[in-house]
Amino acid sequence: MSDVAQTSKGRSDATASLPPAIELSGISKSFGPVQANKDISLTVQKGAIHGIVGENGAGKSTLMSILYGFYQADRGEIKINGKPTQIHNSDDAIAAGIGMVHQHFMLVQPFTVLENVVLGAEDGALLRPSLAKARKLLVELAHEYELEVDPDAVVEELAVGLQQRVEILKALYRSADILILDEPTGVLTPAEADHLFRILEGLKAQGKTIILITHKLREIMAITDTVSVMRRGEMTATVKTSETSPTELAELMVGRRVLLQVDKDVATPGESLLQVKDLKVTDEDGVDRLKSISLELKRGEILGVAGVAGNGQSALLEVLGGITEASGGQVILNGQPLDLLGGNDAGDRRKAGIGHVPEDRHHLGLIMKFLAWENTTFGYHGEPEFNASMGLMNQREMLEDARGKMERFDIRPPDPKLKAANFSGGNQQKIVLAREIERNPDVLLIGQPTRGVDIGAIEFIHQQIVALRDQGKAILLVSVELEEILALSDRIIVMFDGKISGERLPGETDESELGLLMAGIDPKAESAA
Amino acid sequence: MKSIPRWADLALIPFLNLFLAFFVAGLVVVFIGEDPFRAMKIMLTGALGSDYGIGYTLFYTTNFIFTGLAVAVAFHGSLFNIGGEGQAALGGVGVAVVALTLDGTHWLITFPLAILSAAIFGALWALVPAYLQAKRGSHIVITTIMFNYIGAKLLGFLMNGPLKKEGSMAPESRRFEDGAQLPFMQDIAGWFGMEMTRTPLNISFFVALICCVLVWLLIWKSKFGYELRAFGFQQPAAIYAGINPVKITVITMVVSGALAGMMALNTVMGEQQKLVLDHVQGAGFVGIAVALMGRSHPVGVLLAAILFGVLYQGGTELAFEIPAISRDMIVTIQALVILFMGALENLVRFPVEGMFARLSRGN
Amino acid sequence: MHFLKSLALTAAAAGLAGASFAADIKPAVIFDIGGKFDGSFNEASFRGAERFKEETGIEYREFEIQSDAQREQALRRFAQQGNNPIVVAGFAYGSAMEAVAAEFPDTNFAIVDMVVDLPNVRSVVFNEHEGSYLVGMMAAMKSESGTVGFVGGMDIPLIRKFACGYVQGVKAVNADATVIQNMTGTTGAAWNDPVKGGELTRSQVDQGADVVYHAAGGTGRGVLQAAADAGILGIGVDSNQNGMQPGKVLTSMLKRVDVAVYNAMMDAKNDAFTPGFSVLGVAQDGVGYAMDDNNKDLVSSDMVDAVEAAKAKIIAGEIAVHDYTSDDSCPVS
Repeated sequence: MSDVAQTSKGRSDATASLPPAIELSGISKSFGPVQANKDISLTVQKGAIHGIVGENGAGKSTLMSILYGFYQADRGEIKINGKPTQIHNSDDAIAAGIGMVHQHFMLVQPFTVLENVVLGAEDGALLRPSLAKARKLLVELAHEYELEVDPDAVVEELAVGLQQRVEILKALYRSADILILDEPTGVLTPAEADHLFRILEGLKAQGKTIILITHKLREIMAITDTVSVMRRGEMTATVKTSETSPTELAELMVGRRVLLQVDKDVATPGESLLQVKDLKVTDEDGVDRLKSISLELKRGEILGVAGVAGNGQSALLEVLGGITEASGGQVILNGQPLDLLGGNDAGDRRKAGIGHVPEDRHHLGLIMKFLAWENTTFGYHGEPEFNASMGLMNQREMLEDARGKMERFDIRPPDPKLKAANFSGGNQQKIVLAREIERNPDVLLIGQPTRGVDIGAIEFIHQQIVALRDQGKAILLVSVELEEILALSDRIIVMFDGKISGERLPGETDESELGLLMAGIDPKAESAA
Repeated sequence: MKSIPRWADLALIPFLNLFLAFFVAGLVVVFIGEDPFRAMKIMLTGALGSDYGIGYTLFYTTNFIFTGLAVAVAFHGSLFNIGGEGQAALGGVGVAVVALTLDGTHWLITFPLAILSAAIFGALWALVPAYLQAKRGSHIVITTIMFNYIGAKLLGFLMNGPLKKEGSMAPESRRFEDGAQLPFMQDIAGWFGMEMTRTPLNISFFVALICCVLVWLLIWKSKFGYELRAFGFQQPAAIYAGINPVKITVITMVVSGALAGMMALNTVMGEQQKLVLDHVQGAGFVGIAVALMGRSHPVGVLLAAILFGVLYQGGTELAFEIPAISRDMIVTIQALVILFMGALENLVRFPVEGMFARLSRGN
Repeated sequence: MHFLKSLALTAAAAGLAGASFAADIKPAVIFDIGGKFDGSFNEASFRGAERFKEETGIEYREFEIQSDAQREQALRRFAQQGNNPIVVAGFAYGSAMEAVAAEFPDTNFAIVDMVVDLPNVRSVVFNEHEGSYLVGMMAAMKSESGTVGFVGGMDIPLIRKFACGYVQGVKAVNADATVIQNMTGTTGAAWNDPVKGGELTRSQVDQGADVVYHAAGGTGRGVLQAAADAGILGIGVDSNQNGMQPGKVLTSMLKRVDVAVYNAMMDAKNDAFTPGFSVLGVAQDGVGYAMDDNNKDLVSSDMVDAVEAAKAKIIAGEIAVHDYTSDDSCPVS
């Protein structure tokens, strides 16, 4: 892929008669041990719509936050319109002509549109002249860019799409020439999204530069002139949109990784163990996380769930694990329907035979301030062998149990009295795995089993998962690592936007096909159409 | 970040805070023209220099152990129980109900029943805020504060109505008969042929000590404590482990309220031998400082409660000995200690952490 | 200042002790919740102790309690340290005094506003109804609207006694007058709630009252303030409060707590402390009304004449002012 990046760079040099609107070079940013941006260079020409794609956590938002002054880069240079510019805060950014429309709107809900637009950009201590001026300008802008909003409407009463227009108007009112939109269509209906794109085209026609951050490849293909792909904090490529394809972008997003070999025999799936029918989850904010999922899990198989993070995989794990309630549908385990509505209790799910290695061990899987031995029984601490009389726990037994698990899973250092937080990522994950696997569940839900885990531990963890399968257990594996999915799974489903966008067998597909499915594009269906 | 040795966390920082608190309090004393060293000496000898002083100090300590444990238990579930004051006030009603009906019998009969009754009344007063937090999401800090006021008003009503001594103008119950008077420490010493100055220190001090042990068992040895700590550290993880947040919240607050309610044994059944309006004397709020200072550990709570006992008894002696230091000044000094030990803990913590960080870098 | 006639007790004591030997005494005084600078009841007992100190040069010990629970501690603490006599002012000390005085039979105690029947306790109570009767007369004579007010502190028989005497005085002057009565509360907090006192006063003003009498300790500050703000007259209590809102306080019902405190200490010094029960009324100048520069323009000589006449009749027994606490009821309202 590196040659693509180079050719694109060469091209931008050739057309550099005008200074580019934005020129970033060598931008790096770390948060503690996590390097969010590594040596990033990016050039965006004036009057272009430039897309930035990448998975969640690839570093897109960090980069834009540096450009808008929320964070300071550790290293690197920013040039705006050819001039080196220091951006220490959002005021600097606004002064440099940069406006930002955030994923979560920064509006004062009880204020009117007009008040929101003027807020922070008043001309003086008196509000009235500012408001009168703003009203006039607002009407002009609205006509020019199809940005009609009633200036006197109260923001909290407006539809989401209109609130977004207010955000854009705010930026334009501050005479922004460069507009950054962070996942702008995430909250919009398709019709609203189409309208937004018309607005962006109009802005482009007026010579504004637009940066569009998204992980939706369709949008990139539909509207951008150039596109950059980010992966794991690095800018892996910058290409002209007209010269690329969704397939190529998907590959760039997911990346070609070192091939991983897992020694395993061909699966011999047995009887059907878990049936999921029309499962739906709506979260507290009323957003549909799962939109009617149906799947089946058999004994002795690993079902891999691929997808870009945030497309419903977490919701699936949590609802099956009993952490969240379903809003509809049915789950049948061993012929018995599970109580999905009232039974908001992960303890019941464990008793029914579902083990769960959660995606986020720091947040869910472990109590970081608990000692190892307290964590090795976490969730199973109610079992009779860990309890003595009078409500007291049998701590000797818990310690003994922890020692055994630490030995069998080679957890280092093998000290059950060490805090969970003091183990390395791989060993933390082994604590969770040891706990869940040794309980011998019929169904094991595993999320991101090797995230933040060193190579040696990855191999061990994969072996354990395969061994469990060979004992005739059913495993639901969620991972954003396509390679891991391909290496481990006996069957693969891909999730996109809360739905299953396709099902494949690992031998009959490849990363690029899965990448398209992850972007919501089914190549088979499209070629058929 | 937090790379300071344990001894510094547990001993050095509290000591520096205490030192700062006394330094500022000393400035206040100087400001009104009194000798701060004399004041300090009066406070210390007044609190610890005689069996009289120690008796009173441990009497106050008993109150603070109960309320401190109450706050500490709730802290472990990251619940902030500010309602100790109201729960203890209602605990007093619980004690009085038992004592007034059964004081014709013997304290060996009334005492266990009064313990139970005080605990139940205190627990009930914590139950409503707990339920509202767990089921309705009403913030427990707000509801427990509100329940302090409701409790005070309820007590006021009872003291002017059903529980008021007939023919008395003061809002207080009649004095309990012998059968509901707890043995004082001087009585207990008398059983062993020893003599002690009369103080209100009574047998409920030992109940407080037993509660320290029970709370330790509850938090660190029981299944409930395991779930409580998990819930307090990481709520989402607790839910992942099948721990019911409603159940934990409610039970924790019930235990907390019961401990606060038991404080009334010391004041109502021990010291006053009657129910008076403000038998809690602000101990519910001091309990917050005690729990903070004691790092929510029973041993720490015990030590912090003794410190506050010294402050209270020493402060009272100061008011006796130096009338120029008025009761409002005493409250100011006590408040300064609470401020430095509780609210301003990080004032000292950050420099100390910085110092240790530099030291370790120097190595 | 009002000239003090010596009380019957003082006279007796002085006669007995003569100038022979002044006992080396360590007197102590304990104030009630309101604190010694409440401008009213506690300040009166503070003044009594101060006067004793000025006249004899003997230092006294003092303590301001912070809570009800400290009453016994303070009494016991002073008794254990050999203070004698120990003087407290406040009915709420009753049960604490009963307990502690029994423990220290060799120590002399004195309590104001409450009767404690023990051989080493002197109980001093006042005929507040008589003094209230006198200020009630003045209120009625001064009132133009025919409506006057009363704001009590804590709703207890003692305060109803004030109210009842006041109403009787008002009605004696103007049988058709209306008296609006309010109590601040039912707990000790009612003694120190000037905000509520002010609210109650304003409400009485709205109902037409143009003179308001308070018997509410520290709460009374709010009453007198609100009365002055509304342009009507207030009547103070216990201490001479005429100076609190000069020209806006008609008079104050004096209750000589200071005399009781002073006497208890003085008698002890003169080795003439007598336990038992004494009642101070208008006859002993234990209660009365205050006249000074602040209110001399408010009170006409006719008013003074009428009040003095009534006072003489009370002393002579020709007017019997009903005491609410004698039967827990008031004949007028």
